[in-house]
Amino acid sequence: MPAATRVRRAVIAATSVALVATGCGSSGGGGSSSGSSDTGKTFSYQSSEPQNPLQPANANEVGGGRILQNLFKGLADYDPSNATLRMQVADSIDTSDSQTFNVTMKSGWTFHDGTPVKAANFVNAWNWAATTANNQINSSWFSDIEGYQDVHPAGGAPATKTTMSGLTVVDDTHFTIKLSSKVSYFPYKLGYIAFSPLPDAFFNDPAGYGQKPVGDGPYQFVSWDHNSQVVTKTYPGYMGVDKPKNGGVVFKMYTTAEAAYADLQSDNLDVMDQVPPSALSSYKSDLGNRAIDEPQGSIQNIGFTLYQPEWQGANTAKVRQGLSMAIDRDTITKTVLQGSRAPASSWVAQGVEGYKAGTCGDFCNFDPAKAKQLIAEGGGVPGGRLTITYNADGGHKEWVDAVCNSIRQNTGVDCAGDPKTDFKTARAAITGHQISGAFRTGWQQDYPLNANFLSDVYRTGAAANDFGYSSPQFDQLAAQADAAPTIQDSATGYQQAEAVLPQDMPAIPLWYYRTNSGYSNNVQNVTFDSFGNPAWTQVEVKG
Amino acid sequence: MGSYIIRRVLQMIPVFLGATFLIFVMVYALPGDPIAAMFGDKAADPAQVASLRHKYYLDQPLWKQYLHYMNNLFHLDFGTSFTGRSVADIMADAFPVTIRLALVAFFFEIVVGLPLGVLSGLKRGTIWDTLVLIITLLVISIPVFVLGYIAQTVFATDLGWVTPTVQDSEDITQLILPGAVLAALSLAYVARLTRTSIGENLRADYIRTATAKGLPRRTIVTRHLLRNSLIPVVTFLGTDLGALMGGAIVTEGIFNIKGVGNILYRAIGQKEGPTVVGIVTVLVVVYLVASLLVDLLYAVLDPRIRYA
Repeated sequence: MPAATRVRRAVIAATSVALVATGCGSSGGGGSSSGSSDTGKTFSYQSSEPQNPLQPANANEVGGGRILQNLFKGLADYDPSNATLRMQVADSIDTSDSQTFNVTMKSGWTFHDGTPVKAANFVNAWNWAATTANNQINSSWFSDIEGYQDVHPAGGAPATKTTMSGLTVVDDTHFTIKLSSKVSYFPYKLGYIAFSPLPDAFFNDPAGYGQKPVGDGPYQFVSWDHNSQVVTKTYPGYMGVDKPKNGGVVFKMYTTAEAAYADLQSDNLDVMDQVPPSALSSYKSDLGNRAIDEPQGSIQNIGFTLYQPEWQGANTAKVRQGLSMAIDRDTITKTVLQGSRAPASSWVAQGVEGYKAGTCGDFCNFDPAKAKQLIAEGGGVPGGRLTITYNADGGHKEWVDAVCNSIRQNTGVDCAGDPKTDFKTARAAITGHQISGAFRTGWQQDYPLNANFLSDVYRTGAAANDFGYSSPQFDQLAAQADAAPTIQDSATGYQQAEAVLPQDMPAIPLWYYRTNSGYSNNVQNVTFDSFGNPAWTQVEVKG
Repeated sequence: MGSYIIRRVLQMIPVFLGATFLIFVMVYALPGDPIAAMFGDKAADPAQVASLRHKYYLDQPLWKQYLHYMNNLFHLDFGTSFTGRSVADIMADAFPVTIRLALVAFFFEIVVGLPLGVLSGLKRGTIWDTLVLIITLLVISIPVFVLGYIAQTVFATDLGWVTPTVQDSEDITQLILPGAVLAALSLAYVARLTRTSIGENLRADYIRTATAKGLPRRTIVTRHLLRNSLIPVVTFLGTDLGALMGGAIVTEGIFNIKGVGNILYRAIGQKEGPTVVGIVTVLVVVYLVASLLVDLLYAVLDPRIRYA
């Protein structure tokens, strides 16, 4: 998921100590005095070398993901201004039973090589990406579709088919998607880059294509100078609702955020990803009204090893609730994190469809007396000592230490951080169940809907359920929400499922991420969406 | 002489084999699973992981992986990185950049470091000597990243003489600032080594003899003194060339230069075996060749040294 590695690279990596004053809400490219702009000029964006070939289902890190996002457009995407689902290639996606979806496409869309975007381009692309042998990182995104097991058998057995039975082409502009079970919010997933269409020419040479992609998005590929830059230019035949106001995006690769920030300040780089931690305290005064401070759809949590017997049972839930109340979120986000995070009061990030503030209730409020009492009632922390495992390469040390101090000072519980060398080592320890107690965990939205923060993380056996959490009540409510007739009903249903989490406290919500960035004097009208990406097509380059 | 060179080149073969094997084992021993890490915070799909492992030949035991790698290497195939690019391509991109940067730095070391050392060695105890000692002490004690950021802030952000980062690594003028920063530390060592060496040789008998013969001072210094004093300096410069190529990670990061150091750093982080082994192997060869050249230079500098 972009979430995944994204959290790892952008958030985890840039994370930590950092930034700005909280509470000023989003005020993106405020005062851009609208001068004249030149729609033919390109702007540069801070990027990193893609870790995989540029194939839509093969990017789960920002380096490749951001580039693909501009080269491709799927059936739908998310409106950068309010994170709601917006139809692009699709004219409509209808369902009567939340299981079979009828897709009607707009006509006139073309790939950058001039060939039309047909229903078969979607169906073939998805079948290809889901097939195990094609080694697409995001192949599991297609697992909702009926017949996925045939092209992607569990346990690595050879695939028995090359097409999923759930996908049926009706004609050039119509196709149906049948899921193996009801998922009412499935259209939200369709905004993810993995669901992009692929031109017919792709299937002749997928590997070569990955170096020279041809998509149907607002920008077309020009060149990829490895480790240096990827150049794109506006595609004149783009049919989307967000016509580019600039001539293209140049993705300049930077190895450090510090170098990018130095270039931004001297107008050698136009828009950047996240300012480096070292500049968090000064970037607003450095950049003035060109500084960006907007909320992001990501959350930081402390998860617990519920698969260990000593952490099971209702009593230990009290201990976790108590620990949560012993953390002074307000102070830590303001001081150690320099206002770069906003205290969390639920398990879903702010600004996401279905977000409801305060689900965590009193358990997320700082109350040392109550905290002590709950921990005592629960029989104390198992083993008398709490360790929080985290990856040392992500800049988490400062806040983990602060959280531990907060717990120690307010409850007397012995608490210590347990740093692992780097992200992959920490992940191996966590998924291998080789740790004891608590660990840092984060989630960045794959799509801006509360189901993504809940179903994918807290359901029994969910891919990111590293806690070993299993609640029949949560699972049942989630299943009901999946079967709801509309996306809104589904979001409401997931709010009910989320209400189960405070009593079990599988993970303690800490805070929400924010985008702390900025732009050069060469551009204007720069705003960021909740994924932490700029609204690419809306950026105006000054003439 | 010829047979000496041949013997030295033959000696490189076991060193080369040993180095590749050791590096291969070390990359293998790095903690964490590179394939699972590709999936980030989300648990990896086991079927996909198995398939990817197979693709990168990671589902085999270590010795098979090594044999497979060496077999490919003998067919001049350095393997493929996780990005799908061949490691040979990656190196062909990165090495020219690094070599250019290393040569600029090397140039500074010789052109600035040597004269400073000669000056302070000949004028021992004077204000010039003290000045050189203070400057080099300062440079040695300041970490390179501090120096790098100061240079970047002063010359790029404040004065605006150059861009803060290198926009085009084929433009040598853009490499001057990073090259100078990279050279700073070694430059100070070169100056101090030269100073000490000259100081010692100044008191040597042959210098006294030359002076007694009535040779002009200029001839004594350039023909006799300098030539004999350069042996330790050349030894240092030879090994330093290797260090400049592989060890420029910090400087490359500050000035956003896409050289070997950064690629190596990223590849180690991702546990990308073929890239790490390929680059380090080339660096090992560079070291070996550089030390051979240094040994041969000894004979040029000191006629008493002969290789048979």
